[in-house]
Amino acid sequence: MYRTASGEEIFVIDGHTHFWDGSPANQKNIHGKQFIECFYAYHSNLSPPSEKWPLAKFEKYDAKTMYDDLFIHGYDDMAILQPTYLGDFYKNGFNTTERNSAMKKSHPDRFILNSAFDPRDGNKGLEELHAKCEKHHVKGVKLYTAEWRGESKGYKLTDKDSYKFLEAAQKYGIKNIHIHKGPTIIPLNKDAFDVGDVDDVATSFQDLNFIVEHCGLPRLDDFCWIATQETNVYGGLAVALPFIHTRPGYFGHVISELLFWLGPDKLLFGSDYGIWTPKWLIDKFMAFEIPASETKETGSVLTLENKKKILGLNAARIYGIDIEAQKKKIKAAGGYAHLAEAVHAPQ
Amino acid sequence: MNDIGAWTMIDRKAEVWAQLQTVTDPELDEPVTELDFVTRADVDADNRVHIAFRLPTYWCAANFSFLMADDMRMAVSALPWVKEVEVVLGEHMYADKINAGLAQGLSFQETFGVEADGDLDDLRRTFLVKAFQRRQAALLAHLTEAGSAPRALVALELKELTDMRLEEAGARLRTRYLERRTVIAPEIPDALAFLDADGDPLQAETLAAYVRTLRRVDVNAEFNSALCRGLLHARFDMETPFTPRRAGQDSAPPDSPV
Repeated sequence: MYRTASGEEIFVIDGHTHFWDGSPANQKNIHGKQFIECFYAYHSNLSPPSEKWPLAKFEKYDAKTMYDDLFIHGYDDMAILQPTYLGDFYKNGFNTTERNSAMKKSHPDRFILNSAFDPRDGNKGLEELHAKCEKHHVKGVKLYTAEWRGESKGYKLTDKDSYKFLEAAQKYGIKNIHIHKGPTIIPLNKDAFDVGDVDDVATSFQDLNFIVEHCGLPRLDDFCWIATQETNVYGGLAVALPFIHTRPGYFGHVISELLFWLGPDKLLFGSDYGIWTPKWLIDKFMAFEIPASETKETGSVLTLENKKKILGLNAARIYGIDIEAQKKKIKAAGGYAHLAEAVHAPQ
Repeated sequence: MNDIGAWTMIDRKAEVWAQLQTVTDPELDEPVTELDFVTRADVDADNRVHIAFRLPTYWCAANFSFLMADDMRMAVSALPWVKEVEVVLGEHMYADKINAGLAQGLSFQETFGVEADGDLDDLRRTFLVKAFQRRQAALLAHLTEAGSAPRALVALELKELTDMRLEEAGARLRTRYLERRTVIAPEIPDALAFLDADGDPLQAETLAAYVRTLRRVDVNAEFNSALCRGLLHARFDMETPFTPRRAGQDSAPPDSPV
């Protein structure tokens, strides 16, 4: 919960978090080592110095650290757990639905558990998806279309098998499809930034929401174009937001374009925890104003109303969260006990 | 080696660096040398050139990595005295595969097999067009700011643009633009200086909106540039001694220690 200087409460849903194990003990090979070190480079490069973690903490943090960073030190009320399997790099996977489900089980009112699928898994994958949906009642999945697997160098949402999975997912109660379209973390030769395939499936599956994580960055131009065409395409701000510290002018430009093309109802906050933590991101976001030079061009303004939508209202809408009811549940469980002493407005 | 031989070697090395300077990262539209990607460019006694480079992440796209290596090989091979060019990529997930492909003179497609869809020439062109758009937007914005009217800009001929008196910054933007204008249209002096990516003339009424649209291409490149530089610094000790990139100029220390 974020409280403004005037005492207004803002409900925060963190659209993008991970509970991973990238420790050497879990690394299967050099790729596992390089993968977590690449994440760490993102973390080191874009975090303010005071928020930088030692590598060992970054490789594997425990459940309490994560809970505290999100909900006690940070302003999150709820967080969506997005899985990243990477079974080829890590013995027990990097950040699986199973690992995340333990977090969800300990704090059911705090977490939204998402799953994943890969159309290349065929019928076995469909069965597993069904089982996961039955077991965890998931409402969302996270997809990596650029993931290399054996001889395959990725897939497209427009592939026949992708349609099969999307149809099945819809049948199993999934509403939200989060797709990683951003800086590449897996080598590729297909253009993983290419958001063109989202356009087609968004038209075909009008009842599903497609959340393009990282807003297709760096191809912001292509993303804005397709998102404008489709009413069910959203932008996830993970990775874009941390630039608010190192490159505020650049962030101002990006958010100004996004507001102009997509509007404030289509953007979702995400910290990408543990790459970044919500406390500093939200402090800076709440204090942020789009520079006048940008506003002059796009007319975009980050009003308090827009900030509230981005931080929580939009995610609550697509995940069917009743904010008032949720606040009561969290409060009843003592989740806001720390708030009395905490400082909630940026200094 | 005698003094004359040593001097020749230094000159040749400088020529190699000058050629590498013309090779850009396709996404960033900046020279691979400026980006600190190139860690070695040596000439041996038999006039064979040995180039080594590295990238901001272990995961950088294989096709872009291959493309840059291929561009470096072509640029350096253009020097008349060069017998052979060896380009080696370090610390990359597909370093072995890419290096083997490069050593055997294979194409990206041959190196990566059937899964390597789309050939590198298409990719190269896509990014040359993006670079053209970015450079054009920068020059148009500059000229507009300096007082040129949209009506005059859309009617400007190539030779008029070339002859235009510009301050240093403007002249630099013009040079960069003209380097990439050839991707879109041949250099005919009385042709229009400014064309869109399809080679069609621009319209005075919509020029401002046109430039605005192109600016989003620029934002992409800025994002990549900021991220890639940062990741490279986070990944490598940038104090590693480099061969000086230009005579009399040592490699710059990093902006901030990581």
